[in-house]
Amino acid sequence: MDLTYTEEEEAFRAGLRAWLSRALPQLPPKPDPLDWPGRRAYDTAWQRMLYDAGYAGLHWPEAAGGRGATPTQHLIYLEETEKAGAPYVGANFVGLLHAGPTIAAEGTPGQRARWLPPVLRGDEIWCQGFSEPDAGSDLAALRTRAVRDGDDYVVTGSKIWTSHAEVADWCELLVRTDPDAPKHRGITWLALPMDAPGITVRPLRTLAGSAEFAEVFLDEVRVPVANRVGAENDGWRVTMVTLSFERGTAFVGEVVACRRTLAALAKTAKANGSWDDSAVRRQLGLLNAEFTALWRLTQWNVSEAQRGGGVPGVGGSVFKLRYSHARQELFDTAARVLGPDALDLDRDLTLDRLSSLSYTIAAGTSQIQRNIVAERILGLPKGR
Amino acid sequence: MDFQLTSEQRALQAGMRELLAARFDREALRAAVERPGLDRALWRALGEAGFFALRLPEDEGGVGLGLPEAVLLFEEAGRALLPGPLVATHLAAGAVKGAASGETVVTRVDGGLVSWLAEADHVQGDAAGATPLRSVDPLTPLHRIPGTRTAEPPEAVLLTAAEQLGSAARTTQMAVQHARERTQFGQPVGSFQAVKHLCADMLVRTEVARVAVYAAAVTGDAREIAGAKLLADEAAVRGARDCLQVHGGMGFTWEADVHLHLKRAWVRAEQWQSAERACELLAAAL
Repeated sequence: MDLTYTEEEEAFRAGLRAWLSRALPQLPPKPDPLDWPGRRAYDTAWQRMLYDAGYAGLHWPEAAGGRGATPTQHLIYLEETEKAGAPYVGANFVGLLHAGPTIAAEGTPGQRARWLPPVLRGDEIWCQGFSEPDAGSDLAALRTRAVRDGDDYVVTGSKIWTSHAEVADWCELLVRTDPDAPKHRGITWLALPMDAPGITVRPLRTLAGSAEFAEVFLDEVRVPVANRVGAENDGWRVTMVTLSFERGTAFVGEVVACRRTLAALAKTAKANGSWDDSAVRRQLGLLNAEFTALWRLTQWNVSEAQRGGGVPGVGGSVFKLRYSHARQELFDTAARVLGPDALDLDRDLTLDRLSSLSYTIAAGTSQIQRNIVAERILGLPKGR
Repeated sequence: MDFQLTSEQRALQAGMRELLAARFDREALRAAVERPGLDRALWRALGEAGFFALRLPEDEGGVGLGLPEAVLLFEEAGRALLPGPLVATHLAAGAVKGAASGETVVTRVDGGLVSWLAEADHVQGDAAGATPLRSVDPLTPLHRIPGTRTAEPPEAVLLTAAEQLGSAARTTQMAVQHARERTQFGQPVGSFQAVKHLCADMLVRTEVARVAVYAAAVTGDAREIAGAKLLADEAAVRGARDCLQVHGGMGFTWEADVHLHLKRAWVRAEQWQSAERACELLAAAL
């Protein structure tokens, strides 16, 4: 058990820090959260800076245009960019963390050449068309139909919870190509160009008041068969490659940020007197233990992935279950510290508290995660 | 960075598990419950295996290993519910004659409590005015000591946390095994989500406690140790509670082992740094 970083890893960290200190002052001003084209421009500008410095697609394989970094280097990258206050992956999220890795793993050489470089350069933005109004936790029940017509699929249906749909160039889309097959075996993965005729995007307003994602309606949209990644009806397996990436190192930066929030919260508590309440003070102490352990769990999972050749394990479900709950506890505790100020929407912590409510739902609800842990790790029988 | 067990650490862990399977299996555990008292032969066997001398330097007759190895051994001890003042004797190795070899049983006053006072050959700290209490744990005789708590040695806190971790891992395993085997409504109860989710939460608490204990052993940092104890206490106590619940009526019987884990977990949670004190230490670090 070794928690020290090698000389090579420390050299990577030092190089990254030096670059961040030069690069971050060159960023344009942050856009208004409601200005979607502005957000896209900001996020892609950052991606282009990463690309020019050689940090784009750090964890992607070299064959896909990435740097083939080790899981530990990726961890260091996520830790250092967060500590330096660098922008989040933002609009590049799906391209870099879902669609890109899927195309890298399952696409043809031509598909990789067409779609991967623009993702790395920040030229093209992807969104995700997986969930449907009637296919959430039971994703494989999706019903958006794709019917073959010559060299095209004709796609009709609707998708929901699609982030960045308004500004995306492409959508990684799951469609049903065989309605008669068992539900997992009739699904196909398509790259949908978002400027195709027949697409309507309707923003969805969240309880936090902002339009973070959208509904996407598809009315006889033609998608070339050449845009299919993997075989027809093999989309479920292709998708699982993507989802396993989602449960790997996706929250590293957030854990770093949560630890910073906790330290700031302790300062606030000392200043406003709530620190003198032993219940509040001890809750902050408990959260200190919690987020320290979550950081250690991240290092444990990354080390495991590194030993296993870079493939994230089911340990990601253990992490997500605990982290999503801890994040909600953190902002609920923040509300205890802030008192009436926690009702003020002009405070960041109030918005963070609201958005934290999505964590136990998005990317697999806590209930689905518990099923995964119980069935795949503990070996308990399937059933309801 | 390679935050995983080395092959040597795995071998050490496996060796300890084998030793306990041979010398302190379930039958021995249940026999100990019926006839309380310290098994001196087992204590010497632990000494011979290097359990107490593990962290003593080799030139002082020790094994020369560190806290990361020690927590692996104490985790196994916790898993098997091995009784006795293990932490105190381990800490006394090199300081009290015969502790390292297991010839001398050492206990240590811990705030308002001392365990195994009547059986110990040597007591560290002031046990004046000790009065026996009827211990909730049949395998941990306890005395109350008047006076206030003193600062705990961080190693004692960490090794106790490691025992809690072992207990949490064991109760998770017991619950899962029962949930697979016990059928109701024509199917294993572990196929019902209400039961399945209890088991999943047990595993999550155990794995979080595991990384906290292992990392604290590597860094030796007092605040990280406090966090490890807090999380391991929670994993052990709630793990035993949930294991009891999964076992249904059988879980409430003397015959099932679940109550032994719960009672020991309660004792350990009170020993060597309570949750309140750990939380205060962790808050002070913010």
